[in-house]
Amino acid sequence: MSNKPLAPAIDGWHTMAVKPHLIGTRCQACGTYFFPRNHDYCRNPACDSTDFDEVELSRTGHIWSYTNACYKPPEPYVAADPFEPYAIAAVQLEQEQMVVLGQVIEGVSCEDLKVGMPVELVLEQLHETDDDIKMTWKWKPVAR
Amino acid sequence: MSNEIAILGAGMHPWGKWGHNFVQYGVAAAREALKDAGVPWQDISFVSGGATVRCGYPGYVAGATFAQALGWQGAEVNTSYAACASGSQALAAARNKILAGECDVALVVGADTTPKGFLAPAGGYRPEDPDWVRFYLGITNPTYFALYARRRMDLYGDTLEDFAAVKVKNSAIGSKNPRARYRKCFTAEDVAASAMVADPLRLMDICATSDGGAALIVSSLDYAKKLGKGDAPRVAAISTTTPTFASSVVEMPDIATDSAAAAGVEAHAFRSTLPLKAYEEAGLGPEDVDLAEVYDLSTALELDWIEDLQLAPRGEAATLLRAGDTAIGGRIPVNVSGGLACFGEAVPAQALAQVCELTWQLRGEAGDRQVAGAKVGITANQGLFGHGSSVIVKR
Repeated sequence: MSNKPLAPAIDGWHTMAVKPHLIGTRCQACGTYFFPRNHDYCRNPACDSTDFDEVELSRTGHIWSYTNACYKPPEPYVAADPFEPYAIAAVQLEQEQMVVLGQVIEGVSCEDLKVGMPVELVLEQLHETDDDIKMTWKWKPVAR
Repeated sequence: MSNEIAILGAGMHPWGKWGHNFVQYGVAAAREALKDAGVPWQDISFVSGGATVRCGYPGYVAGATFAQALGWQGAEVNTSYAACASGSQALAAARNKILAGECDVALVVGADTTPKGFLAPAGGYRPEDPDWVRFYLGITNPTYFALYARRRMDLYGDTLEDFAAVKVKNSAIGSKNPRARYRKCFTAEDVAASAMVADPLRLMDICATSDGGAALIVSSLDYAKKLGKGDAPRVAAISTTTPTFASSVVEMPDIATDSAAAAGVEAHAFRSTLPLKAYEEAGLGPEDVDLAEVYDLSTALELDWIEDLQLAPRGEAATLLRAGDTAIGGRIPVNVSGGLACFGEAVPAQALAQVCELTWQLRGEAGDRQVAGAKVGITANQGLFGHGSSVIVKR
């Protein structure tokens, strides 16, 4: 196991806590959530606000759908060698009323998943560089 | 006042992986369409091109590029880019020009030369670009199609055999289309033996990228009558509407949907709202449709589109498929051209290729693929960032 420091794969998209949250924004005028963060202009057609609060999104939700990625994606994806398939889930967040994509934690595949299944957000390695280990958010099934 | 225009001619360069300059495909398609229409090139007063973003600067100004290649003759030009809907937007530009009385007869043309393998984003570290982000996180185009397919399986009970049956159906009819790239009749066993790409979709469930070119000659109804073609198929509707906030289905290349948390905001599914404008504009309903050309980027997506076009109640497209209703000779044949399953996708040409097929079908000239007595056809397609189109052709 590497002793390299952990760093977010994409800066500012999630907290690095043990129980991490995605970081989004919320329109001060109409309450619409945005992920990734939007600080510029509200995209609700009934709202012309340009003021947003940065907010932590719900870290639990329910699976909208899911798949296994069985082919190595092109760059900028950094693939393990040999390539290891991984699962991807689209997850419905109730309070935010939006669906967010992400990989599913290692060791979980399609056969373990179902539409409607509760999941929570965790951090896991996306890939390693010379300097650090790049972490990203992943969905993990919640034991019922 | 009628907002209809006549389709006088259709032409296509066969789809393939030919590796030639895209202009060559566009010119071949345009010349076939001109010949089909019986209209001299010199009489075309508006050239509307679908842009390609993969072929350098000539692709960005496709309208002018094709006009130059066919021989400058003083026509006005337009170029449209809207991913898979580029052809429909180019057609809409020509229709506007004709209905405004500024043009009698126009050429609409799109062509593409595609690279091999996955379509990859531009390089660098660019987290502000959702297309870059999703590839960095390992989310490719087939991922999105697979998410829609899995959801069908869990919600409606669709099976891998259903998805394979779409491929078998489309390859059986597409094998009779001389313009198709893949002309082999594939079996369910062939599909099952192909590599899993994005579970539940295998390689043969997913469409390839292809080279190709398609063109239409369109005119005012008066011009068509003067030419003795008053009974030519007509464009009855073109819908290129955007989604309505909040879009509830995660679409390429986004990492998340809109949020529907604000008061008064409802979640909408884009694909199902796109055809509504087309039906309304044409004054027709799904019960009037004789055949449909839909964007089977994956086999499962054909089933989604059948429901989005209201040709089957939500969740019941596979029932139609199993009954043979969507095959040639069935109640509502879908993708009798062979669809993307047999063509692969040539982005700026594909929406026009769909209209070419409807044109030949409505003229009764589709040969072995002919849908008997076809009077009304509808197309549907969609690409990146929720660009899509639906065109209704009637005779």
